[in-house]
Amino acid sequence: MSTRDVTDATFEAEVLKNEKTIMVDFWAEWCGPCRAVSPILDAIASEHPDKIEIVKLNVDHNPETAMKYQITSIPAMKIFRGGEVVKTVIGAKPKPALEADLAEFLA
Amino acid sequence: MRHVIIIGSGPAGYTAAIYAARANLEPLVIASSVEYGGELMKTTDVENFPGFPEGIMGPDLMTRMQQQAERFGAEIVYDDVVSLELDGPVKAVTLGNGDRHEAHAVIYATGSAYRKLGLPDEERLSGYGVSWCATCDGAFFRQKTVAVIGGGDSAMEEATFLTRFADKVYVIHRSESFRASAAMIDRARADEKIEFVMNSRVEHIYGAELVTGIGIVDTVTGDERTLDLQGVFVAIGADPRTHLVHGVLELTEQGTIAVDGRSSRTSVAGVFAAGDVVDPTYKQAITAAGSGTVAALDAQHYLETVHDASRTAAVASA
Repeated sequence: MSTRDVTDATFEAEVLKNEKTIMVDFWAEWCGPCRAVSPILDAIASEHPDKIEIVKLNVDHNPETAMKYQITSIPAMKIFRGGEVVKTVIGAKPKPALEADLAEFLA
Repeated sequence: MRHVIIIGSGPAGYTAAIYAARANLEPLVIASSVEYGGELMKTTDVENFPGFPEGIMGPDLMTRMQQQAERFGAEIVYDDVVSLELDGPVKAVTLGNGDRHEAHAVIYATGSAYRKLGLPDEERLSGYGVSWCATCDGAFFRQKTVAVIGGGDSAMEEATFLTRFADKVYVIHRSESFRASAAMIDRARADEKIEFVMNSRVEHIYGAELVTGIGIVDTVTGDERTLDLQGVFVAIGADPRTHLVHGVLELTEQGTIAVDGRSSRTSVAGVFAAGDVVDPTYKQAITAAGSGTVAALDAQHYLETVHDASRTAAVASA
């Protein structure tokens, strides 16, 4: 299962008003580590479909949201619950390390 | 059981894979899950790799090397090595997903890892203005002021790259002269957005949520001052990535893996090392690639010897 995209226009409805725990992967085409971590996020999402939803936001195409959340380094993965950021993970990491960072949301 | 497992997927690892694959050794390359392709994945134009007169983008160069290795039968696994058993005639490599692979020979080409400044707030502000990758994060510093810490080629490249976005780029270097090549220094010097701050050491990184400035000390006069800025790019070099082989392979005083003369032979039979992990001096893509070739040829020779020995033993016991 591949994660879907959200945009400046859909961010409020899809992320902030989402009732589930949702992780936003802030990324860009030119970012090598973003491309590396993307399939790992896909795998985590498909292994825990009832725990967490994972979506992607292209920072080049959606600068408003990237600026609002003060993104200065990508990949930046922010977990939202009830419209609030509850956890931020920055940088591409191997799957076991990411799973450890996200443990409380995957359990 | 494999003939050879190659750990690492930078120029050394992939070049070793090309040679080993063409020698029908069907190498398994453990490429890493998120750092495959190595350091060049974080660079832009590579202008000094022979054969590309117009230059080539670092990630493109690495994709080409990967494809060239695969063309001849190298198998690439995108995972990380978590443990190694290198003693004895059969080597074993365990990966992050739990898979265990065995081989007669191992080529160790894990490169090096970025050095940190070692400042108290560096880790906390990492990703909030402190970065080790200008090509990844530079675009977030449009019309901002940033500093590059370091005096080598990578510091010059990052500074020049960052002028595409930032209004001002300080290059902060602790001594009076640069290690960088003349071409890179000249390019940085010609750029009016870049200001060199020599003989200066970074003592503090300031910022509650995002970086707001750094405190620097003049190493000659001892004077302290603060620079207001939003981004800090650390480019003070890298250390050989040897943590998996501490106590197993002999290291040099510089911390690189010790090899026998001009060969790639480590202190353990059947284990070969190549690239930045054996090189305290040159650390270029092309020298790493050359060193990968040496490792593949050494491994090939070793495997022939092992094969001959086991055949002789089989004949003798028959």
